[in-house]
Amino acid sequence: MEFFRIKKDIPFMHHALVFNVISLITFVLAVFFLATRGLHLSVEFTGGTLVEVSYAEAPQLEPVRQALAASGYPDAQVQNFGSARDLLIRLPNRDDLDTSRVSETVMATLKSVAGNAPELRRVEFVGPQVGKELATDGAMALLLVVLGIMIYLALRFEWRFAVSAIIANMHDVIIILGFFAFFQWEFSLPVLAAVLAVLGYSVNESVVVFDRVRETFRKKRAMDTPAVLDHAITSTISRTVITHGSTQIMVLSMLIFGGETLYYFALALTIGILFGIYSSVLVASPLVMWLGVSREQFVKPKKEKEEAVV
Amino acid sequence: MNRYPLWKNILIGLVLLWGLIYTLPNFYGEVPAVQVSSAKATLKLDPVAVTERIGSALRAAGIDHTGIFADPGSVRARFADTEFQLRAKDAIERAFNPDPADPSYVVALNLLSASPNWLTSIHALPMYLGLDLRGGVHFLLEVDMPGALTKRLDATTGDLRTLMRDKSVRHAGISREGSTVVIRFRDAAQREAGRRAIQDTTADLQLAERDDATDDLKLVATLTPQAQQTMRDFAIKQNITTLHNRINELGVAEPVIQQQGAERIVVQLPGVQDVAKAKDILGRTATLEVRMVDDTPGAIEQALAGSIPFGTELYTERGGSPLLVKKQVVLTGDRLTDAQPGFDGQTNEPAVHLTLDAAGARIFRDVTRESVGKRMAILLIEKGKGEVVTAPVIRSEIGGGRVQISGRMTTAEANDVALLLRAGSLAAPMEIIEERTVGPSLGAENIAKGFNSTLWGFLAIVAFMCAYYLLFGLVSSVALAANLLLLVALLSLLQATLTLPGIAAMALTLGMAIDANVLINERIREELRNGASPQAAIAAGYDRAFDTILDSNITTLIAGIALLVFGSGPVRGFAVVHCLGILTSMFSAILVSRMLINFIYGRRRKIDGLSIGTVWKPAADTAAKR
Repeated sequence: MEFFRIKKDIPFMHHALVFNVISLITFVLAVFFLATRGLHLSVEFTGGTLVEVSYAEAPQLEPVRQALAASGYPDAQVQNFGSARDLLIRLPNRDDLDTSRVSETVMATLKSVAGNAPELRRVEFVGPQVGKELATDGAMALLLVVLGIMIYLALRFEWRFAVSAIIANMHDVIIILGFFAFFQWEFSLPVLAAVLAVLGYSVNESVVVFDRVRETFRKKRAMDTPAVLDHAITSTISRTVITHGSTQIMVLSMLIFGGETLYYFALALTIGILFGIYSSVLVASPLVMWLGVSREQFVKPKKEKEEAVV
Repeated sequence: MNRYPLWKNILIGLVLLWGLIYTLPNFYGEVPAVQVSSAKATLKLDPVAVTERIGSALRAAGIDHTGIFADPGSVRARFADTEFQLRAKDAIERAFNPDPADPSYVVALNLLSASPNWLTSIHALPMYLGLDLRGGVHFLLEVDMPGALTKRLDATTGDLRTLMRDKSVRHAGISREGSTVVIRFRDAAQREAGRRAIQDTTADLQLAERDDATDDLKLVATLTPQAQQTMRDFAIKQNITTLHNRINELGVAEPVIQQQGAERIVVQLPGVQDVAKAKDILGRTATLEVRMVDDTPGAIEQALAGSIPFGTELYTERGGSPLLVKKQVVLTGDRLTDAQPGFDGQTNEPAVHLTLDAAGARIFRDVTRESVGKRMAILLIEKGKGEVVTAPVIRSEIGGGRVQISGRMTTAEANDVALLLRAGSLAAPMEIIEERTVGPSLGAENIAKGFNSTLWGFLAIVAFMCAYYLLFGLVSSVALAANLLLLVALLSLLQATLTLPGIAAMALTLGMAIDANVLINERIREELRNGASPQAAIAAGYDRAFDTILDSNITTLIAGIALLVFGSGPVRGFAVVHCLGILTSMFSAILVSRMLINFIYGRRRKIDGLSIGTVWKPAADTAAKR
């Protein structure tokens, strides 16, 4: 079985400008939604209390809301979670609340509501200072990843590659965040982990293409820069699609079987994988071209040891 | 050319065997067990002795066990089923706590891994499951350092007053202002005398002179950074110790109590569902009391005979001997400002140094003057019950508020006593700033979800690889399975906490690990397409792909390490697995798959073709392709 039977190099770079414009529009849209709608941050970042309970029979939401309001939580959000029998209750942090006893009070209130008593499934209480720290730590992690990868690529290849790879991959990250802002999906810690994983993953993609670019520059002296890039992308395209296909199979399996907790994690990865392919091929490479990569940067004066082909 | 030397094959084989052995414990599940731990802060559990006692208690009751395991804080005995477990719990309870009203040990039901003893003895343990997979409570507590600092400065203020009086330095008032202590003087000479007096007695204070427009001359004392640091470290350490002792009462299977950052403590109680009780225990305070020992001749015998003299209580010392203590309290713990382990200046034996505040020092001087040669007891009162921490003999009058307790102590004992004394006196208050509770049903569900996603994803990838790359795909799949095996083995060996995001990382790692094999297989196809012989194609494919694999994995690893450094909780669980997975996948994708391919193709002289799926060759344009 073989999917890709490509006779000639596909002229990707010929259409570079078109792709870059598309990227730019998507990127601007993502930034726009992030700015206007903002991320729907989970309790971990905002601080507050989250209680998940499960009933034997589907409960009425309204009496639960009223009971919570009566016991001093008028700002409680009550919603179904996963199924009609599971409830998720969110309470923002307030200064005048005894935070350490919130979960017990909520459970007591729920038990007092007419009907059947719920079973506690999980409680998450996060103090306000912890949330702030998590947000800054997340931002720091992102910064460190970007710096680390740039330094590595600059050493291994060339600064142009480092800059292009990072721009391309930040573009992926912003677009994922844009999706989360647009649909108001919950942005939780696992999602942050997924975003950072995507960053590493999608750089990995660019590296594979860049590797080929370097090799082609060294081997084929007759080609000009766009042709070299086209050749590199064409010769790696089958591997790109198959690899991402495999990873996507896994992620799909998580989407299907992973339940609520892994759902958004898998969703973030899915978007990341799709845009990761696109950006490494159609964003990073044109950028390298615009930045003016050329053969001279790779053909070192000292002779590289050529591998003998038997 | 496609043959590994024998040593390399053997090495890879050994690594895989190691992986298999350390993965094994995860398949055995758990069996019922009984855990014994200390119920009293003053009672140190001796694992060897306790193991002996459990063994003899079970023998006496005629109950078979399947192994007794000891670690520093607790001893556990394993049983074949729950019926044995319940009977054993009763038997052990009777043997260890003859007096149910005053238990010395906590005997609790527990679960232990059912893997055979030879595995346990080489530290092959099942993976450590996080709370989201097994249910339980997680707290993050923050120690109130500013509060502790204020308390310390208040005590310092009192000390300085006493010091000025003792050295007869005239001052115009001493007060705490924010995080400093300010002493006012009328003239410079007195101030200089005051400064010298302070510097001679303590190294913990930084002094600065400040002159206002008024005719007051000021001396401003602040705690040195070192002193503040020491105070912080001690406050945290002592709170952790206190928490340990209290959590033992809950009889939790494997509590985790760790310091996180400069002033936080993480407490994880797997399997605990009663959050309210856990919070009560964490928030409880202990107090310290100093009382005199009643050493009237005959009184103790009378008490042991059952009639305790009026106004006294009967306690047991740490050594186990009975002690009759007067009910009247001489001093309470809030007069004690510090307790440090150290050494006696003259004899060099281990000792505990206590520091009392000014009022405490006065009371103490009066009491010791009147009772030289007598004993006094220091008691730790928790839950309305007292325990004797130490009962030293008073050798001489002690003034100045510095007390040294020494004699018949090892260094470890001195440490324990100091910690206990501090726990009863100046434990810094703590606040819960994060709480997570996971019900047991949710934990089981999470395991099932994580397992299913990994399993189905894995099977789908294997099916695809085998269809697309035939024999090479099969080899890649075996390498992928080896990767999973090694990853689980590493996680079990390191006892890293596995969480649901961790399982997700495992699945993701597998999805990404196949990348290396796809790169290799595609390269081999390409070499064949360019007309290389099969053997050369294999060699070139592996060699050329190696660079790319290395590059792409290092960048992914950079991301993983950043997550590890900055992540906490779920993110860290994800990052640990992610990083380890990258390492194992490099090993298995490159070495394991190469070894298998070498076994299949490396020995043959002549190969007609490779079983790697269709290699389509463009009929024309070989000229363009040099």
